[in-house]
Amino acid sequence: MSLLDYFKITKANSTATIAKERLQILVAHERSFKNQPSYLPQLQKELLQVIQKYVNVGQDAISVNFEQDEHQETLEVNIVLPEKSR
Amino acid sequence: MTRIIVVTSGKGGVGKTTTSAAIAMGFAQKGHKTAVIDFDVGLRNLDLIMGCERRVVYDIVNVIFGEATLNQALIRDKHCEQLYILPASQTRDKDALSQEGVGQILEELAAKDFEYVVCDSPAGIEKGAHLAMYFADDAFVVTNPEVASVRDSDRMLGILSSKSRRAEQGLEPIKEYLLLTRYSPERVKIGEMLSVEDVQDILSLHLLGVIPESKSVLTASNSGMPVILDEKSDAGQAYADIVARYLGEDKPHRFIEEKKGLFGKFFGSK
Repeated sequence: MSLLDYFKITKANSTATIAKERLQILVAHERSFKNQPSYLPQLQKELLQVIQKYVNVGQDAISVNFEQDEHQETLEVNIVLPEKSR
Repeated sequence: MTRIIVVTSGKGGVGKTTTSAAIAMGFAQKGHKTAVIDFDVGLRNLDLIMGCERRVVYDIVNVIFGEATLNQALIRDKHCEQLYILPASQTRDKDALSQEGVGQILEELAAKDFEYVVCDSPAGIEKGAHLAMYFADDAFVVTNPEVASVRDSDRMLGILSSKSRRAEQGLEPIKEYLLLTRYSPERVKIGEMLSVEDVQDILSLHLLGVIPESKSVLTASNSGMPVILDEKSDAGQAYADIVARYLGEDKPHRFIEEKKGLFGKFFGSK
């Protein structure tokens, strides 16, 4: 083992490794939004308005997710109702 | 057949104009009739890097508005007679460019038997950048081994695959190549910089070449000579390799490994 190999040992927690890990997470996250239809935010807003006419829910009560694989596209709408409306 | 190449990155300051000037000169030196177009309306700089800033009379916006012919606006390079420069406008608004106008210029260049048209994209993802990549056949994605540049390159890849002419018309997608610039093997070795492999892992792009961090890039721009003309410099040689590789020559990658000094030769592991 040469003197220069000393530097390789410290590579595991080097700033380059941190940079790569941060980028991998970020890029995967951003790519997942890339193919989403552009109407999603508007859809979410309008759905919320309709639901709020009947149930007293907050801004965060509804989530709209779009997923895509080779076979199908799935639009998942998740609405969390408040406790007392049960 | 004319091949349209966009030099793009998303992020500014990574070396798009340096790369555009170098590769356009490289194609022309190999005997291919080449045009290089500056799409950075309002902030033109390709003329300065090519050393023809005092010969600019008309620009791309004049051609689009019919105020000059393409022949009047094209500047023949003083080093290589196969190379022509179409400067951007310095005074107009960036919205002066139009898709029809750019399309017509590219058609006219094809009719004039240009083999390569290099489109130097502005930074960002607005109109100039959009039009620079819209008609492209190939994209050279210039990236620095640095988090912001890699992220912006990935964003640009998404735009190339969805908003280009080839994407809109359902044609074969733009061929995308990675050019990693300002690379420092010494810093990669001690874990201070993302390596070629790291960047390739993230972007999944075909590597066309690595340009090492080099003093010659600044000295070349000081004197208005594309760095590829500095044949003794590492960056000049790296660009010459890239041009050769793109044209199908088999050139092994250089400038990825650390240059070994005397110390490395005696004490290095390999």
